[in-house]
Amino acid sequence: MIDVTEEIISSSLRIATPLALAALGELVTEKSGVLNLGVEGIMYGSAFVGIATAAQTGSLTAGLVAALVSGALAGLIFAFATVTLGVNQHVAGLGLTLLMISLCNTANRIIFTADGGQVRVDPWQPLNFGGPIFSQYWLTYATFLIAVPFVWWLLWKSGLGLKIRAVGENPEAADVAGIGVAKTRYTAIIIGSLFMALGGAFITLAFVGTFTVNIINGRGWVALALVIFGRWTIGRLLIGAALFSLVNAGQLQLRLLPSFADVPFEILLALPFLAVIVGLAISGRNVPYPGAYLKPYKRL
Amino acid sequence: MNSVEGVVIASRGGAPSIYLRNITKAYGETIALSDVSLDLRAGEVHALLGENGAGKTTLMKILYGLSQPDSGQIEADGVALKIESPRDARAAGIGMVTQHFSLVKNMTVIENIALASAKTFAIDLARVRAEIVSASTRFGLDVPPDAIVSSLPISLQQRVEILKALMSGCSYLILDEPTAVLGPNDIDSLLEVIRRLRSDAGIGIVLISHKMAEIEKVADRVSVLRRGQVVSSSLANGITSKELVTLMVGEQQSGAEQRQRSASPSQSQSPILVLESVGVTREAGGLSDVSFAVRPGEILGIAGVSGNGQTELVNVLSGTTQIDSGTIVVEGRQLGSNTPQSLMRAGVGILGEDRHASAVHALQVVENLILDCVEKFAGKLQLRRKEMLSHCESAITQFEIKANPKQAFGTLSGGNMQKVLLARLFSRNPKVAIISQPTRGLDVMATNYVRSLIAQASKQSTAVVLVSEDLDEILELADRVAVMYRGSVVGIVDHSEASRESIGELMAGIAK
Repeated sequence: MIDVTEEIISSSLRIATPLALAALGELVTEKSGVLNLGVEGIMYGSAFVGIATAAQTGSLTAGLVAALVSGALAGLIFAFATVTLGVNQHVAGLGLTLLMISLCNTANRIIFTADGGQVRVDPWQPLNFGGPIFSQYWLTYATFLIAVPFVWWLLWKSGLGLKIRAVGENPEAADVAGIGVAKTRYTAIIIGSLFMALGGAFITLAFVGTFTVNIINGRGWVALALVIFGRWTIGRLLIGAALFSLVNAGQLQLRLLPSFADVPFEILLALPFLAVIVGLAISGRNVPYPGAYLKPYKRL
Repeated sequence: MNSVEGVVIASRGGAPSIYLRNITKAYGETIALSDVSLDLRAGEVHALLGENGAGKTTLMKILYGLSQPDSGQIEADGVALKIESPRDARAAGIGMVTQHFSLVKNMTVIENIALASAKTFAIDLARVRAEIVSASTRFGLDVPPDAIVSSLPISLQQRVEILKALMSGCSYLILDEPTAVLGPNDIDSLLEVIRRLRSDAGIGIVLISHKMAEIEKVADRVSVLRRGQVVSSSLANGITSKELVTLMVGEQQSGAEQRQRSASPSQSQSPILVLESVGVTREAGGLSDVSFAVRPGEILGIAGVSGNGQTELVNVLSGTTQIDSGTIVVEGRQLGSNTPQSLMRAGVGILGEDRHASAVHALQVVENLILDCVEKFAGKLQLRRKEMLSHCESAITQFEIKANPKQAFGTLSGGNMQKVLLARLFSRNPKVAIISQPTRGLDVMATNYVRSLIAQASKQSTAVVLVSEDLDEILELADRVAVMYRGSVVGIVDHSEASRESIGELMAGIAK
């Protein structure tokens, strides 16, 4: 029984890593008053660019750097559309997701699967510090030990964070106080995109070591839900990520049990997503959205 | 006639008297209302007076069902009313126009009113239109029924709100500081509407206001709230303005004394801020050919009927509206472009007309206070929180702000919000301070304090541009008065020659 529990916790941490990274990125973005629905696409893009570069160069590090560059570029496009041009954020975000997914699928077909093959790399291996729980990928350690405190510090302790929160709540007031609204939002969007890209790269470069169509599988959308579930705070966001991942890891274990043999696995597969819906229904009401959520800022 | 615990309440006309009985309400440890009783009668204008935070709005929110009392009850002709929501209040014949209107901006007037009274699935807009037209005439509230609400000026939006409340059949109407958003002419017509509603339609009106002149003009009965308690309730003609101010403030507070002006206004010094033929092109409400100069230590008042370019002028000087022609010169140097950053660097500080738009409600007081100089408090790794807090503590002491540094800005009263913003402005030691509507909606004490701060700043040779719709404020403080009319400065009058009459003529566009 203890083995199973440890196994569930261990795989939860693994499952939670890309979700937490993407949700942290979305949190930074949304705190500046911008909703980035491109998170699924940015993760998809970095997952593909990461493994494609790693496969070509033979270096996982090069793959990771390329994935981050792709994330930053995607963020830049999104920022240009929403901040500079003032395009509707829903439209720009959904458009970015569609664009990234189809670009990557097309490139994948041309470069890797034209002859029926599949791109493969030797992924990062877990670092074992004893026991299944402490046998995790370095990015998982980095996520919970570095990225989480970093984003907390960035938003609530740094000067940039104060500016991000100010433009997310009341851009007019920030502007009059001499804070560059566009500059701050660009910065928040690109920092956010880098975290999303890390999440995407983790899946191909550590988790699976290959790329298949629909590899992100809705994790970007779950990350969006986690930010709302978390009410724009890091603690609650992590609780949400943990709940989703525990249910997910739990259902993977259930499938192995003989008594669940007759239960269609699709139902078990849907469990974590049902958990998200239930969670949002319970805690997603009357949430304190940032004051300038979804509002482009233009001077008179 | 009903007898309630020995109190005889006469009901006049059809509508019952409303009796708020022993209302108590606390927010956390702050007691907003303590055992407050108030009676309202049909066909009477009941003015509710009090400083910011005295509990006026809280009391009316309770009457309108927006807030629940901790104890006490509301009665109509002695029968207890259960008001748990605005819907209950409207059913009891109580309507309210809050400071922030609840209109759907991109719908027409008809649709907004249909929305408020919609009872069935099918809405007959033609019928609603006819009802609006007949109600408009009956109450003397002219509104264009087919106009989109957002295209209407604030004064007309307010009329739509009032009409909406009346058409839902209310016999009592609460108006929460209705004149705070209006210019002088619109105030007069609103007061006329109030008189008409009272005398012709027998509506009981609760008027929350700070302005003695309005209360003198329309109120039948005046109640004064201080620190959550009713300190006086009497007929309006039995009490003088001076007595009311004393009751509000709670101590002998004479009006602000005339500012001491130096014998020779610094004519010798060269001007520090010069606007030369500044123009902003807009379809409506731009600026054309605005020129003036301000010297160190001088207060230049900008007067004008609301909507004659004052807001645009302030936006130009805060950098949020770019100029299309002309030049702005600060300390002899022409600004390349008027961005917030370039103006701040040149030493121009700003207090905007809307304190809610000038600060971030969700952030703490201390964070708002340093919003214009985040870099100054940014350490190598993170914001130097301790320094921020001690900066804030000293501002709180210096500017007599009633707030905790870590409190959210949005929870402050209007007067304290304004003090925080003034503290932010003056802690930069600006060479030029642009101050717009500094005392709008503030109570007497806060008003006097803010005015003394402005006078103080000019003594320390800050040049002040004071934009205000309160002519008395400008006459009290300004060395010279520039009058704006249709986007231009139509005249600059020296303090010694400025009077209500001479300025008034310029404001009306009569004099040259």
